[in-house]
Amino acid sequence: MADLTSTFVGIKSPNPFWLASAPPTDKEYNVRRAFEAGWGGVVWKTLGSEGPPVVNVNGPRYGAIFGADRRLLGLNNIELITDRPLQTNLREIKAVKRDYPDRAVVVSLMVPCEEDAWKAILPVVEETGADGVELNFGCPHGMAERGMGSAVGQVPEYIEMVTRWCKQNTRMPVIVKLTPNITDIRKPAEAAKRGGADAVSLINTINSITSVDLDAMSPEPMIDGKGTHGGYCGPAVKPIAMNMVAEIARNAETADVPISGIGGITTWRDAAEFMALGAGNVQVCTAAMTYGFKVVQEMISGLSQWMDEKGYESTADFVGKATPNVTDWQYLNLNHVTKAVINQDDCIKCGRCYAACEDTSHQAILMSEDRVFTVDDSECVACNLCVNVCPVENCITMKTLEKGEVDERTGEKVGDYSNWTEHPNNPAVVAAE
Amino acid sequence: MPNSQFTPGIASGRLSDTELKENFADLHAPLEAHEALVAADRCYFCHDAPCMTACPSSIDIPLFIRQIATGTPEAAAQTIFDQNILGGMCARVCPTETLCEEVCVRETAEGKPVEIGRLQRYATDTVMESGKHPYTRADATGKKVAVVGAGPAGLSAAHRLAMKGHDVTVYDARKKAGGLNEFGIAAYKSVDSFAEREVEWLLKIGGITLETGKALGKDFTLASLQDEFDAVFLGMGLGGVNALRAEGEDKSGVADAVDFISELRQSNDLSSLSVGRNVVVIGGGMTAVDAAVQSKLLGAQNVTIAYRRDKGAMGASQYEQELATAKGVRILYNAAPKKVIGNGAVEGVEFEYTTTEGGKLKGTGETVTLEADQVFKAIGQTLSGAPEELAMDGGKIAVSEVGATSVTGIWAGGDCASGGDDLTVTAVAEGRDAAEDIHSYLMGGA
Repeated sequence: MADLTSTFVGIKSPNPFWLASAPPTDKEYNVRRAFEAGWGGVVWKTLGSEGPPVVNVNGPRYGAIFGADRRLLGLNNIELITDRPLQTNLREIKAVKRDYPDRAVVVSLMVPCEEDAWKAILPVVEETGADGVELNFGCPHGMAERGMGSAVGQVPEYIEMVTRWCKQNTRMPVIVKLTPNITDIRKPAEAAKRGGADAVSLINTINSITSVDLDAMSPEPMIDGKGTHGGYCGPAVKPIAMNMVAEIARNAETADVPISGIGGITTWRDAAEFMALGAGNVQVCTAAMTYGFKVVQEMISGLSQWMDEKGYESTADFVGKATPNVTDWQYLNLNHVTKAVINQDDCIKCGRCYAACEDTSHQAILMSEDRVFTVDDSECVACNLCVNVCPVENCITMKTLEKGEVDERTGEKVGDYSNWTEHPNNPAVVAAE
Repeated sequence: MPNSQFTPGIASGRLSDTELKENFADLHAPLEAHEALVAADRCYFCHDAPCMTACPSSIDIPLFIRQIATGTPEAAAQTIFDQNILGGMCARVCPTETLCEEVCVRETAEGKPVEIGRLQRYATDTVMESGKHPYTRADATGKKVAVVGAGPAGLSAAHRLAMKGHDVTVYDARKKAGGLNEFGIAAYKSVDSFAEREVEWLLKIGGITLETGKALGKDFTLASLQDEFDAVFLGMGLGGVNALRAEGEDKSGVADAVDFISELRQSNDLSSLSVGRNVVVIGGGMTAVDAAVQSKLLGAQNVTIAYRRDKGAMGASQYEQELATAKGVRILYNAAPKKVIGNGAVEGVEFEYTTTEGGKLKGTGETVTLEADQVFKAIGQTLSGAPEELAMDGGKIAVSEVGATSVTGIWAGGDCASGGDDLTVTAVAEGRDAAEDIHSYLMGGA
């Protein structure tokens, strides 16, 4: 049986599944339920400075997009940090950590961009017995208008400065949570490292408008006829998040910075993918908000089964295993030739591959009078669109041509590995003399 | 409730009003909005979709389902009505299991097709219940067209012709329009006077005069129509019923299934309808199933459909056969009627078992007698009183692909015309196509 225990920046948890700082971790009641359900840790919903707490809107806080059968694919929110008094949260954090010493309890923080503000809050958090802090430099709505959240996260110098203040004022591990609302995710990660961060976590939510009410002519969620951009999360953001995780993991400057992966993780497989790209553990929110805390049980059993099947004894065995295979386009093998193959036994003859290829691609799928769909290798560029639009999994696959085989499209034999940097069409290539 | 299922002979009131009401409720409840969205989500929007090809009226099914999925059932209905103005009835009575749904790729994938029929009903009901009629007439052409028969073919033709700007007069021998939609379909497939409401809705286009109670050959002739109108469309269906050709079929208690179905459909009080304790229905088509199932639902104790060929040859689909058996009807295959037994009134029917050898049906010599106090004949209908001027083909009016008969200016469609499969949806398509051809003919010289 695989060992799922996780140690992330020195913080131990029985599994790598933490709940992200968000509404599910705003209260003792919720967090206790989460721990009872099996979550390995939580990042407590972001605390602000002592004093009157922030207020939230009293209309809808969430907007969503859906897939077939109203499956929630993307969620956005305009909720702010915790709107409960600081002392209440601190008291509850202490009680929970006392009762669940084996679980990770990290506290998310967002206070004004002044050293005194950070100096004030860190000791009171430390006093709860919490395992670490996460600096919320990510929230893109509301708090950013007040110079916090993503307003800090978008300026690498601020990240470095605040991270340094925190490291100087606490013995707790400091995790810096990054905003994806930036052009190059490596810059804030590098800044966090320069500031002394123990780890980065990403992604926070993405600026978004999920829908427009076409009667009221207002974005959703709509508050009295108006809306504002909210933070987007859920399964829809996973590809964006994974790319950002991979970019940091393969960047020489930040390759040694532990990463807590966040963004649309819904199943064990999602978690394994993030971890393969370099995340030491993962944080989950939307899946729990959609299905309840029990989803973690599938994540635990699934990851455990997969690790057993693969012979991985601990999560460290596969963390970052896919990172070396994330490369630049220019290094991809241009002599790797594949062709689509349609399995006629599995084909249900919907013709979607044909419509996609004929209308929008390379006219490489042929349709017979009796609806038999076949691939014309002399036209197929192996774009994979047919695979992606086919409703039957594995009905269309890509066959790799062996070296020496002739590509019917080009008439040329498949050769050895060769990439763009060596290609004759590349103006940057200097002919070897 | 004066009687029960055990009352001998032919009797009314075998079941309570509550039971009757339950038995004759909508066979398939309409989809709720949420159910419709879930069902619509399953459609793959196939290329050159097999369902569309299988639909005799060529409705663009993937498009209308996508229109439902995106919250515009009105647009979906328009897609349906453009091809099939009786899409509401077809959604209820089409044997979708042998048409669109049979070839649905999700039937192939999972053995569970997209519920095309119910989705079509959802879309068409949305528009029809709003009371709006989505079509307007083109400028008046001054041309007059006579339509004989206010069934699916005639109504479809009349609507399309009126839309093109022609003035249409529809004649029907019965007192009420609708044809088999009104008189020939099981009550549980068309509840709440749907056929009648559909005709009213269809006529809202204007330009159609309905003349009921007027029959071809009695109140007017083909020649008189040719004199009075610029074109004629014949869609009077099949008025005759095939004979059993078994000894003793004139005994009392032996009736035509179509009459029983019609009487039931027109009844306002099901408890006043009589049905036998032991009912035998002879035949293998939809009419046989409709008559048998409704006999059972009225309270007959034992109902048997006797069909002379085997299960696979039966005209009624597998689905219809299962519906019958689920309602408690027994289906006896390979049994050909030989003799109706009884002294004045029917007491039983003697059948001979059959077998098929070399493609030919033959009796085995072994017989079986079923007890019966009521026998319904459902062995097919025939065209009666076809105008002599018209060429015939296999007992029906010979027509071209677009419904033109051998006489210029006269078209025919639906069950009375050659070709087709005697389905409502086919009749609608034939009426529509003939109307288009009539329009070309009428406007060709202009």
